[in-house]
Amino acid sequence: MARLNVNGKDHTANVDPETPILWVLRETLGLTGTKYGCGIASCGACTVHVDGEAVRACAVRVSAVEGKKIVTIEGLSPDGSHPVQKAWVALDVPQCGFCQPGMIMAVAALLKQKPKPTDADIDANLTNICRCGTYVRVRAAIHAAAKA
Amino acid sequence: MNAFPKVSRRSFLVTAAAAGGGLSLGFHVPYARGATAQEMAPEVNAWVVVKPDDTVVVRIARSEMGQGTLTGLSQLVAEELECDWKKVTTEYPTPGQNLARNRVWGNFSTGGSRGIRESNDYVRKGGAAARMMLIQAAANDWKVPASECSAQNSVITHTPSGRTTTYGKVAAAASKLEAPKEITLKDPKDWKVAGKSVPRLDTVDKVTGKQIYGMDLKLPGMLTATIKDCPVFGGKVKSFDAAAVQKMPGVKHVVPVGETAVAVVADTWWQAKKALDALPIVWDEGPNAKVSSKDIAQMLKAGLDAPEAVVGNQNGDVKAGLASAAKKIEAVYSYPFQNHACMETMNATAVWTADKCEVWTPTQNGEAALAAASESSGHPAAKCEVYKLHLGGGFGRRGAVHDWVRQVVAIAKQVPGTPVKLIWSREEDMLHGRFHPITQCKLTGGLDAQGNLTSLHMRISGQSIVAAIFPQNIKDGKDPVVFQGLNPPGPEASLGYTIPNLLIDHAMRNPHVPPGFWRGVNLNHNAIYIECFIDELAQAAGIDALEFRRKLLANSPKHLGVLNAVAERAGWGKPAPAGVHRGLCVTMGFGSYVAGCAEVSVSPEGVVKIHRIVAAIDCGHAVNPQQIEMQLEGSFVYGLSAMLYGECTVKNGRMEQENFDSYRVLRIDGMPKVESIVMPSGGFWGGVGEPPIAVAAPAALNAIFRATGKRIRDLPLKHHSLKKA
Ligand code: FES
Ligand code: FES
Repeated sequence: MARLNVNGKDHTANVDPETPILWVLRETLGLTGTKYGCGIASCGACTVHVDGEAVRACAVRVSAVEGKKIVTIEGLSPDGSHPVQKAWVALDVPQCGFCQPGMIMAVAALLKQKPKPTDADIDANLTNICRCGTYVRVRAAIHAAAKA
Repeated sequence: MNAFPKVSRRSFLVTAAAAGGGLSLGFHVPYARGATAQEMAPEVNAWVVVKPDDTVVVRIARSEMGQGTLTGLSQLVAEELECDWKKVTTEYPTPGQNLARNRVWGNFSTGGSRGIRESNDYVRKGGAAARMMLIQAAANDWKVPASECSAQNSVITHTPSGRTTTYGKVAAAASKLEAPKEITLKDPKDWKVAGKSVPRLDTVDKVTGKQIYGMDLKLPGMLTATIKDCPVFGGKVKSFDAAAVQKMPGVKHVVPVGETAVAVVADTWWQAKKALDALPIVWDEGPNAKVSSKDIAQMLKAGLDAPEAVVGNQNGDVKAGLASAAKKIEAVYSYPFQNHACMETMNATAVWTADKCEVWTPTQNGEAALAAASESSGHPAAKCEVYKLHLGGGFGRRGAVHDWVRQVVAIAKQVPGTPVKLIWSREEDMLHGRFHPITQCKLTGGLDAQGNLTSLHMRISGQSIVAAIFPQNIKDGKDPVVFQGLNPPGPEASLGYTIPNLLIDHAMRNPHVPPGFWRGVNLNHNAIYIECFIDELAQAAGIDALEFRRKLLANSPKHLGVLNAVAERAGWGKPAPAGVHRGLCVTMGFGSYVAGCAEVSVSPEGVVKIHRIVAAIDCGHAVNPQQIEMQLEGSFVYGLSAMLYGECTVKNGRMEQENFDSYRVLRIDGMPKVESIVMPSGGFWGGVGEPPIAVAAPAALNAIFRATGKRIRDLPLKHHSLKKA
């Protein structure tokens, strides 16, 4: 049995405490916006916020987040109105979109730390993989969101 | 009567609510089994459904995988339909419906950059026919000639009287009319919706996590599986000890899948994965167990000078030309296996019963998925159905071969009546790709005393995708796809250069690693081979790389057009910023002409930075320029990833790279600025998703040569030190 707080709600999940939170979110709680891409903390598709910090959910056991607050893409804003989401729509960033929830969560956390990131900040901090290759628009949308 | 054969007008897409429990999200999910199909608004024809509230549902047969085809095809239909773009939505007809309706939606295959270029004609006609029928229905109602009526923004107006009605009001009547026989399409210069950079139709759900991909599907009572296929291609399962994991949490079944694989079926994927990792499996590794990359390279090398080869393009007498050349240059290049590495790993969900088989999957070709389901299920295609789900990337992996569909059906067949979702781990996805074909190439060029290229022999040795996947298409030993970008003049993929003595031939050498269509396909390596070698020749001739190409392209105005455009925009011939060097590339593939100019610097330590790529595409007609720009940008990420790091190597018969830690790909820090020039010259329809990928690597490699004096001929770049000596 694991207890966790996701998007402001408390849940108990009948899972092995060793289970990565990625799979608890996706399979137990039905929050499939958080994606599986690699399972080894390499691609960032599973990025969520744990107590406000970007975390790769495939590499964190559910037992490690007890008492902490998890926010997923579904909880970033009630209606897609987070500045990052708005910038993403305005610039038509996504292609297939599969990496984008993780990308958006990583960027939202980055902007909290660095509200006006430089290109160098973006390069140093954003390591999520996008195989469709949306990086040009991701960068432009980060700057747009920072201005918003 | 309608010209299109009609089945009962039922919704193909039933809402989650109608499907009953389990589908907790409020999205539309194609779900037929056990669902009460709702009556839906009438379809005016196969392409267009208009609801009473004027919502227009455009049916899209091709798959959306990020390339924007859903939006582009909708623009084309809407353009002719004269409907209100703000009220356009889309849906996928199913492959089973297509079969039942005599393939009214044509080809579902979404590969080869074909989505728009090969269906633009009939989807536009579908939109135009629907418009004419809607107008006719209004005219009938008003008892006036249709010729006195016109339509705009879903509103029909009777010009003499000023009466108006909307599409939604007359759709039911229109659906009963006969389809018009004579349809005139608009001149693209009159387009109002098509040709414009309208935003994509599918963006919003992708930023909120609502978009459902294959991997996200949940059906009532569903179990989840994961699989291990013999890591050595050509091997089999000898035995496995199911009892060792049967009691692990959540495990429901441990089943063989064909002769080569084992799957664990459990309550959750994580439980299945844990059990599969713990499952003792003994493999019979088969005849390829000792093959390594070195052996494959040897095999290909032998093809470079083999007497037997199939000719792809030839004129003049290359032997004599080379013998009499004032200067002869020779070089050998090579290109490795690549994995598609779609962000979403292969997956599908299936339910099998004694009289039916249904599959939900992200696929680039619903009809091929249906065929795979039918074969694996033992049921005729008419008793199978495939529901296409959104793709987390395709790039060719999800098109021609549906290995994962066969697998999920084989698993579901062992648990009749229970939906089973199969998700591959990233490791499985990397080990069992359909790899970019491996090739080597020997080029021999002859220059005359003035530095003109008079003779070129290009020998490609290596793998044929067509021989592996569509062997029936090999004619006289020739795989035509091998010569992409190197063909004689033609509308698809021609070599622009006029060379008096030319021979391009292929010695087919097929290693045991299964090849597949990988975004850009053979154009990727062909463009590197020819475009880097052209630079080598220009260098040997002492002629500027742009001038050298221009001369050879005198008979190829469209190749020349894109080349000149990038040269001008990039400032070729003018000084670049300090330390920055430029490289060029021009090619043609998938019906489009593309060129690129890369700006690169290399630090004394040998670190490569690609600053900017200026790229131009002439795709004839541009349906959505912004989407085309996005395809240019995105394809460069794919092409540069491969050039810089991408390589799948073979050891003991199996692939060595199993995840993104060993198969490195480009991230945002390596991304150059991209300046796109979309320059449709009209009169033809070229592809967009793939042609541009081929220009990034050769342009960058040519720039790297200028920066370092080092000519990189075998990829990826990571194997070479560019450190200043
Ligand atoms: S799935 Fe977690 S980082 Fe890739
Ligand atoms: S949008 Fe497809 S992987 Fe990023």
